[in-house]
Amino acid sequence: MPDPQLRDLYTAMRRIRSFEERVGELFVRGGSAGSMLHLSIGEEAAAAVCLLMRKGDSFTTHHRGHGICLARGGDPERMMAEIAGKRRGYCGGKGGSMHIADMQLGSLGANAIVGGGIPHSVGAAYAYKRAKAKRIAVAFFGDGAMQQGLLYESMNMAALWSLPVVFVCINNEYGMGTHISRAAAKMDFIPRARSFGLEAAAADGADAEAVMRTAKPLLADARKGQPALLVINCYRFFGHARMDKSPYRDDKEEKEGRKRDPVLRARAKLAKAKGAGAKLDKLDATIAAEMDAAVEAAIAADPPPADDLFTDVYGPNEPRPQAQRARLARILAEQ
Amino acid sequence: MSAAVVETTYREALGQAIADAMAENDQVVVLGEEVGAYGGAYGVTRGLLERFGPDRVIDTPISEPGIVGTSVGMALEGLLPVAELMYVDFLAMAMDQLANQAAKIRYMFGGAASVPLVLRTQGGTGRSAAAQHSQSLEGWGAHVPGLRVALPATINDSYFLLRDAIRQPDPVLFIEHKGLYVKKGELGKQADAPWGRAHVSRAGQDVTIIAYSRMLDYALAAAEQLAEHGIETEVINLRTLNPLDEDTLAESVRRTHHAMVVTEAVLSFGPGAEIAARLHESCFDHLEEPVLRIAGEDVPIPVAPNLERASVPDADLIAAAACKLLRRGPQPDWD
Repeated sequence: MPDPQLRDLYTAMRRIRSFEERVGELFVRGGSAGSMLHLSIGEEAAAAVCLLMRKGDSFTTHHRGHGICLARGGDPERMMAEIAGKRRGYCGGKGGSMHIADMQLGSLGANAIVGGGIPHSVGAAYAYKRAKAKRIAVAFFGDGAMQQGLLYESMNMAALWSLPVVFVCINNEYGMGTHISRAAAKMDFIPRARSFGLEAAAADGADAEAVMRTAKPLLADARKGQPALLVINCYRFFGHARMDKSPYRDDKEEKEGRKRDPVLRARAKLAKAKGAGAKLDKLDATIAAEMDAAVEAAIAADPPPADDLFTDVYGPNEPRPQAQRARLARILAEQ
Repeated sequence: MSAAVVETTYREALGQAIADAMAENDQVVVLGEEVGAYGGAYGVTRGLLERFGPDRVIDTPISEPGIVGTSVGMALEGLLPVAELMYVDFLAMAMDQLANQAAKIRYMFGGAASVPLVLRTQGGTGRSAAAQHSQSLEGWGAHVPGLRVALPATINDSYFLLRDAIRQPDPVLFIEHKGLYVKKGELGKQADAPWGRAHVSRAGQDVTIIAYSRMLDYALAAAEQLAEHGIETEVINLRTLNPLDEDTLAESVRRTHHAMVVTEAVLSFGPGAEIAARLHESCFDHLEEPVLRIAGEDVPIPVAPNLERASVPDADLIAAAACKLLRRGPQPDWD
């Protein structure tokens, strides 16, 4: 394929799409731990930001963070195992879909409190600045967090202290079942960030190349201590979580929204090159096989041992909390 | 020992603990409202900015969730933040970042991350600061697995307990008492007890009084009164609610057969209830009477000095309750 950047973008996005489709399959087959599964289908162009990040950069995400983690190098098998609540998952089966984290990858964690992870990126950026490390922290979140006060505390501190942090709002138009027009008094988020002294720009989330073009100077400037907001405008193809059948929006809207497909758009562009079709088919098949294997491995994997209930509440050399049965036995034996 | 003691105050010993930790470890940073140029609302961090500079002593905006959230990010990236929350009452603003984030990150990330932050704050009555600046909210913290809670009562505690808190691998809510900052005393060479252990402040055979923070002084004053009536009181300074040193408490109660828990925190669902319940479980056959709770009245803290004083226990109340519990000494007329 003649365009390596677009090929890389497409590969990253196809892997996300393919992974997320199989998260749905894992749920249907009863392999997932619960139904708190928030898919990023339709939001894959955020991978452009991940491709621009360097080794050593860190990120936090919201609850809809599978795609970001995967695009930053997350292992689909360990991610799928975590979603299934299995021991070999990223968090040993104790975090699940909404809390995948891996310090080695620079993942400071996915977060299930809207806006909750954003200040962690600010604090991390403070640490990088103090160490004079050329690292940046990227906070990914949804449009729901644009209405959280903590975001503005974070933006203010990032600008006040000139921190290397990029705030990335993946605007999929919905906070659970509430359309952004019913949640935000003004839907243009750019002036909000600029009023704090941040650089700010928006990009069309159906066009991954446009996201990359828009994000590139923001990340470069953040590395020099100028924080920024990037808004990626996209559409959440499916419901909030697995049990949500989207009764708050109609088929027509969904049909139109799903036309804003960054994966198909990138694929169509790549397919224009001579002989590219067969290569793309092969790439898709390879990715599908990788993700199928991740699902099967997750289903086959062992659950965490019962003893893990009490591990990692405190530091590794600290006493574990006492199990209830042992406590009761001790009390009753002593009477 | 006698050559080693230094006359100081609770406030100065706390400041000394922070300064020594900062001198010893370059990763320790201080942040919060008014901690730098102002020197801390209660003067604990006075002189630190001049000594360690603005990149380690950080004046923040009035953004309590942001202060704690930024501290979490700093801790995730290797710094050792000692954050200050000006009043424990403001914990209501910052509780998500403390309880849902800092305290849970190690566990929900499967042990892949730790958040060694100290959140210093102060609580309690005594300055007519009214309902939003006078509470005793340690129970909020102690109800959260993963979060350590420490409350210094003595000069030795304020130095050594804070040094120990800064060394913990887990987040610590460190609650000082606004009425103790001017307390004078000698700073010893070593802590009264290791981290997580209670300290028997006064030995006695007739009744065990368990207290922490300012109530320790009131319990010791009550013990003096009781001694005049031939009642020998054992007074235990609990020092930390998490870890909770049940062994020291139970050992004492099995000897005295009588116990009272004294807290400035209000009665209902408070720390006194938890400690009393545990003593009932562990010492049932050794108790001659129920474990009594002496606690703050179940009211918001009023500003009028007479009402404020009446809202929390004092030495007279503690002594009278002990006399009634033991049916010795002058019996109070509470009917």
